[in-house]
Amino acid sequence: MSSPKANLEILPRGVQIALGLGLVALLAFPWVGTDFYTQMVTRMLIMAIFAMSLDLLQGVTGLVSLGHAAYFGLAGYALAFLMPQDAAVSLWWTLPVAVLASALAALIIGFFVVRTHGIYFIMVTMAFAQMVFFLFFDNKILGGSDGLYINFKPSAQVFGFTLFDLENKITFYYVTLVLALLVYVFLRRLLWSPLGRALSGIRINEHRMKAMGFGTFGYKLTAFTIAGGLAGLAGYLWGAQSGFVNPELMGFHMSAHAIMMVILGGMGNFAGAFVGAFTFEYVLHVLKDLPTLQMFGKDINLGKHWQLWMGTFIVLVVIFAPRGLMGLAERFLQKREYPKGNSK
Amino acid sequence: MTALSTDLLLSAKNLTKHFGGLAAVNDVSIDLFKGQIHAVIGPNGAGKSTLTNLVSGDLTLTSGSIQLNGHDVTGWSAEKISKQGLGRSFQKTNVFLPLSVWDNVRLAAQSRDSQQPWNPLSWFKNTQNAINSIAAQATNMPASEIIKLCKLENRMHAIAGTISHGEQRQLEIAMTLATQPRVLLLDEPLAGMGVAEAERMIELLHTLKKNHAMLLVEHDMDAVFALADKLTVMVNGQVIASDNPSKVRADAKVQAAYLGEEEHV
Amino acid sequence: MDFPTFLIQLLNSVQYGLLLFMLAAGLTLIFGIMGVVNLAHGSFYMLGAYLAYWLSTLMGSLTLAIIVGIALAVLFGLALEWLLFRHFYERDHLDQVLLTFGLIYIFEELRSILWGDDVHGVTIPEALSASIPLTDNLSYPVYRLFMSAVCIALALGLYWLIAKTRLGMKIRAGAFNRDMTEALGINIKLIHAVVFALGVGLAAVAGMIASPISSVYPNMGSQVLIMCFVVVVIGGIGSVRGALISALLVGLADTFGKVLLPSMSGMLVYMLMAAVLLWKPEGLFKA
Repeated sequence: MSSPKANLEILPRGVQIALGLGLVALLAFPWVGTDFYTQMVTRMLIMAIFAMSLDLLQGVTGLVSLGHAAYFGLAGYALAFLMPQDAAVSLWWTLPVAVLASALAALIIGFFVVRTHGIYFIMVTMAFAQMVFFLFFDNKILGGSDGLYINFKPSAQVFGFTLFDLENKITFYYVTLVLALLVYVFLRRLLWSPLGRALSGIRINEHRMKAMGFGTFGYKLTAFTIAGGLAGLAGYLWGAQSGFVNPELMGFHMSAHAIMMVILGGMGNFAGAFVGAFTFEYVLHVLKDLPTLQMFGKDINLGKHWQLWMGTFIVLVVIFAPRGLMGLAERFLQKREYPKGNSK
Repeated sequence: MTALSTDLLLSAKNLTKHFGGLAAVNDVSIDLFKGQIHAVIGPNGAGKSTLTNLVSGDLTLTSGSIQLNGHDVTGWSAEKISKQGLGRSFQKTNVFLPLSVWDNVRLAAQSRDSQQPWNPLSWFKNTQNAINSIAAQATNMPASEIIKLCKLENRMHAIAGTISHGEQRQLEIAMTLATQPRVLLLDEPLAGMGVAEAERMIELLHTLKKNHAMLLVEHDMDAVFALADKLTVMVNGQVIASDNPSKVRADAKVQAAYLGEEEHV
Repeated sequence: MDFPTFLIQLLNSVQYGLLLFMLAAGLTLIFGIMGVVNLAHGSFYMLGAYLAYWLSTLMGSLTLAIIVGIALAVLFGLALEWLLFRHFYERDHLDQVLLTFGLIYIFEELRSILWGDDVHGVTIPEALSASIPLTDNLSYPVYRLFMSAVCIALALGLYWLIAKTRLGMKIRAGAFNRDMTEALGINIKLIHAVVFALGVGLAAVAGMIASPISSVYPNMGSQVLIMCFVVVVIGGIGSVRGALISALLVGLADTFGKVLLPSMSGMLVYMLMAAVLLWKPEGLFKA
């Protein structure tokens, strides 16, 4: 199907420095940005968690899932079901429950889906996600096509003591940032663990892994479940932040966006997914905000047709930068290390 | 050479494999003893590769049974059979091309770790420590020793996709050894090798004989007669002779069917 | 369920199944022979429907519209293959998924720009607008029978093309061993272009003939795409025969499911797919 690719697992020094600077910028951001932009960057951080979860599946294990958004949306809906109409519910138990719900769904669906390979896997993940989509879309009890509202932010009270207030946008931002960093650190650790090494091996040559005694089904299912659970974490935060969930959160458009984020940044090192999520969300924001031009005597609202620009952007990235920004950075930095005239 | 029952590591009886109406392997039995190299030869299409795949678990048997290290492994998957102590190398080089030689062997060594992907311990364990503790066990050969044995010390950090064909074949063997097998199935290890490389490989295989039971599928007749303690000849899926190499060589049936043709080629 | 109702549901199942087959056959052929997965396949269906609407309004006749529409759709398919798709036959499935997803966005927006976002109807031609009476108050539309007939004719044509013609032989050879086929002097690039155009054509025709029944509306491609994927997964990728049997199965499950188990109707087809996968992870038939 595809030739085995070497992932950029060890980040070049230049990239590490850039990421460090990025982290400083993220820490300082709410002090310099407005409320609107703080919310926007919070959303980007949530998408970063979503993208990193998919990177474990796609970048590391080589499984292209067109149905990853199902686990994202499910956790958001879990929060919606757990949150009463008139009071805030506690973060401390609803978050784990939502994440576990997504992980459980991933485990069940994964059991059917992970036994397939290649193109089958892609199509089957899409089909199962659509099944979940229709389950919610068609049934009024689950909110139907209109979705559900989440009237409050989850409360962070412990024994009557309020640790922090998520209704405060800056607090929400920092909580999300901390979670995103924890996810990053967890996944980087996982990458070099025996599980991570095995998953990389499966991506490169699953047949040989089996011949060497690795039970690859179990490994893939584990990756699928962990990825689903982490997607659920992102979905919970999304629901909490936006106060609203609808079936579109589980649809294959959302899944395809996640795939795009992972590719855009560069696969297999989680930093790429982080950067890719930010880049994708930013591009989306810019495209939707394009001005209305006066052309040929008519008002042409460029922002309204953002899908056209986004589609073109996606096509161009696939054609010209298939290894994403990390790939470009890698090529650029390698040229710098070997200046003209040196042969190495 | 007397065969003690404890030295009978693999016993395959009446193996048959049908593909549609065709019997690719027809009632083939083979025994592998520790300290012995059992070579299987035959013209193309004789069913040698199919036989190897049946024993390794890559193909399902139509009928027959296999005993490995005292366990009945009939119908077991390739993963389970590998865990039980059978290692197999491939005719077409099947290594992890984007990884370094060292990483290839380490990954193979990792296969002997307790495999519990579910266990969060395996998400936080230090991989090198895990591999080291496996290597520390008395009966196991550490990865560094395996690499030395396969003469790859100088290429440890080279990417597998960039080393020469002969070195890749050596890596094939190294990876198979790193799974600490007691039984080795080697599918044309000398494939595509030049004279000097082939000599090194023959030397290596001879060294391995002492501690392993080995099945060797090969076309290189010089290697076969240099290494084999037992020789089985297959034609059209069936065994036409199975004995000591000198006896097989003299067998008229074999000469007619195979070796005789070889001389004309 | 009394017999006339059963008959109606059965006929509907077959008609829906055959329509799905038109799409699934193209998708499975394009994947089986060129190894490319195309998420935008539903867009060709949508293209057919919109062409039917636009051309029939322009020319006053659905029949004429279909004839001209097929030609336009095939030309569009050939251009798309030449410009984009042929460069992606050797690429990762991941790249193909993203490329075709980007195309979905582009096609949807172009559709919006060219023909707007309203729902449109397409009128059934006079000759086919009658209904066959089954009982005192139930009758079956002739047009639906016509749709099934067209699909059957095309299915037979496809079978004849692939199994009985030299072109079909070359197509099958190309799927089996591309390099060898090329070495034998067969223009594999042309074969690929033909297969791609065939896939686009079949999807577009499906859209065209379905348009009077389904109406013409935004996103109609996405809905039918999912069903199409399910059909291909159940049938086995690369197998046209599998696509036919699977499409009819899905048609039956979906239609009767909606009538007998309305609360589970949406999920029934997916449960069917899950069951098939447990038994045969690569679908019912080999390529």
